[in-house]
Amino acid sequence: MLTIKELHVHYGGIHALRGINLEVADGQIISLIGANGAGKSTTLKSIMGLVNKTSGTIEWNGKDITNLATRHVVKEGIVLCPEGRRVFPDLTVEENLRIGAYLRNDKEGIQKDKEWVYELFPRMKEREWQLAGTLSGGEQQMLAVGRALMSKPKLLMLDEPSLGLAPLVIKDIFAIIKQIKEAGVNVLLIEQNAKAALEISDYAYVMETGIITMSGKGKDLMNDERVKKAYLGE
Amino acid sequence: MTERINGSSNKRNMVLSFIALAALLVLVYVLDIVIKPTSSWNNLMTCLEKGTIYALVAVSMNLLNGFTGLFSLGQAGFMLIGAYAYAVFAIAPEDRTTVYQYYEGGGLIHFSLPHMLQDMMGGADAFGGAIGYYLGIILLMIFAGLLTAGIAFLIGIPVLRLKSDYLAIATLGFAEIIRSFFQWEGLGPVTNGSNVLRKFASYDSSIFPVLVAGVCIAFIVMLINSSYGRAFKSIRDDEIAAEAMGVNLFKHKELSFVISSFFAGVGGALLAMFQNNINASPFTSNMTYEILLIVVIGGIGSVTGSIIGSYLFIACSEWWLRGLDKGEFLGIEADFMTPGFRKVVFAVVIMGIVLFYSRGIMGTKEFSWDGLFNFFRTLPARIAGIPGKIKAKFSAKKHKKNTKKVKEAQ
Repeated sequence: MLTIKELHVHYGGIHALRGINLEVADGQIISLIGANGAGKSTTLKSIMGLVNKTSGTIEWNGKDITNLATRHVVKEGIVLCPEGRRVFPDLTVEENLRIGAYLRNDKEGIQKDKEWVYELFPRMKEREWQLAGTLSGGEQQMLAVGRALMSKPKLLMLDEPSLGLAPLVIKDIFAIIKQIKEAGVNVLLIEQNAKAALEISDYAYVMETGIITMSGKGKDLMNDERVKKAYLGE
Repeated sequence: MTERINGSSNKRNMVLSFIALAALLVLVYVLDIVIKPTSSWNNLMTCLEKGTIYALVAVSMNLLNGFTGLFSLGQAGFMLIGAYAYAVFAIAPEDRTTVYQYYEGGGLIHFSLPHMLQDMMGGADAFGGAIGYYLGIILLMIFAGLLTAGIAFLIGIPVLRLKSDYLAIATLGFAEIIRSFFQWEGLGPVTNGSNVLRKFASYDSSIFPVLVAGVCIAFIVMLINSSYGRAFKSIRDDEIAAEAMGVNLFKHKELSFVISSFFAGVGGALLAMFQNNINASPFTSNMTYEILLIVVIGGIGSVTGSIIGSYLFIACSEWWLRGLDKGEFLGIEADFMTPGFRKVVFAVVIMGIVLFYSRGIMGTKEFSWDGLFNFFRTLPARIAGIPGKIKAKFSAKKHKKNTKKVKEAQ
């Protein structure tokens, strides 16, 4: 589905991505793990067209989307749930979800997806008319995921969904990510919490300072000595 | 929000709104007939008209600053464009030589749309003529709005790439450029240079500005509640997240900027009619700050707040506090009440409001019938609760004192 080839990104003088090759196959959860500043978020932002690329190509179902504007990438069925939740604090939960479906015109489909999101996150249904800024951190993360799902994506990219959340809430969110995958949405996941990410992912990439140093099936990587030492703390 | 309210109360609210609006118009009409000829209460009508015009401009500024999160300070410049676009084409041909006295042959333009339509539809004394006259005024106002919107569109292309303070500085600069441009002698045959434009068509009844501003504000409210409005608010709350959701940032910012300027232009045209003469010199950044003040006092992000703020501001500056400049206020006479003292008191009042209502009078809330009914329904209970509260506070104090005493004794 998604193929990234030799992607380079510069931030001013900093060479943030130095030739990334990455592939997301159909029906999978792919995770991208690595330390701070390895270039994980930059990878997702460059797929979305939120940062300028120096060179390289990004293909989506055979179509070149390297230089598409963000809204066209969203229309193609790729959506990013950004790091740090970034819900719209002065809009209600329901309005947040509607912004997620901003580029869609099918009223019935939107209503159906809204119901699906409420099914995934019953808490959101209870808080439908509450301002998003008054939700707890975990609820805001759920809303951010729900908002992203409202664009009816074929590929959902999650940037650190577990950031700053309690272990119990993290468990919930990972269970829901699995449910989302079962509903037919591919997931590209960025995590610092490598253990939890590797457990649920079908395939994973390890990033270090702008390059991919390792890749393999989630379970294989979990048993890899180097990964264990560097990311799992064992 | 509409889905939360059940159908019947929604219908009731609509009916109530219509009744309130109709009552308001009747009230304005009656006031217009009864009060306008008597000079003693003329202040009220002045405040009503000017307050209404400022309310429209404040709401249009709120659309930008409060709902789209663009801190723009170009409102006075856009009002100026609207005022001139209206006035230049509404001076009767026979008056042109006296108005454009410094320019040969009465300037470049030799027609007035309201007067032309008046003649075409039956002349000054016929009913049809009156309709033609007002039709001309309305068409010219739409033209004024469109011209302002067009210029705003061009200014927006470079300016809206800037953010926060930089945007404010750039728009402020453009407003000043517009002002000097309209005062430029080279444009004199059209704009009358830095001289006053007067004798243009104007409304007779105070209902006219109230009606026009009402329709415009209703349009802005509808826009805010539409999916465009939701996109505006999402940009205000978090630009990056809005972009990631597929909202076209530049298009929506430009749209908000252009629509806001359209209504600033219409407001400018109304202001020209209200004053009966215009001149570019008062449209300085000071005027923008006045409108910004109204928006902040009313509540950034509240349409009703801007309207309330506008009437309060105009009533204070044009009427209630006038006595402070003349040496007599509420029956008190004092020597220190010299011209300018009004502004000192006004500043203190504003500081008070900002201290106690840090988010403005309305905050981000809007007036709603449900809220009003709730207020009155819970009022008796709250009044009844006051003695209890005071008692509780008092006994808490006593308790504190007692414990202090015990501690001291120990």
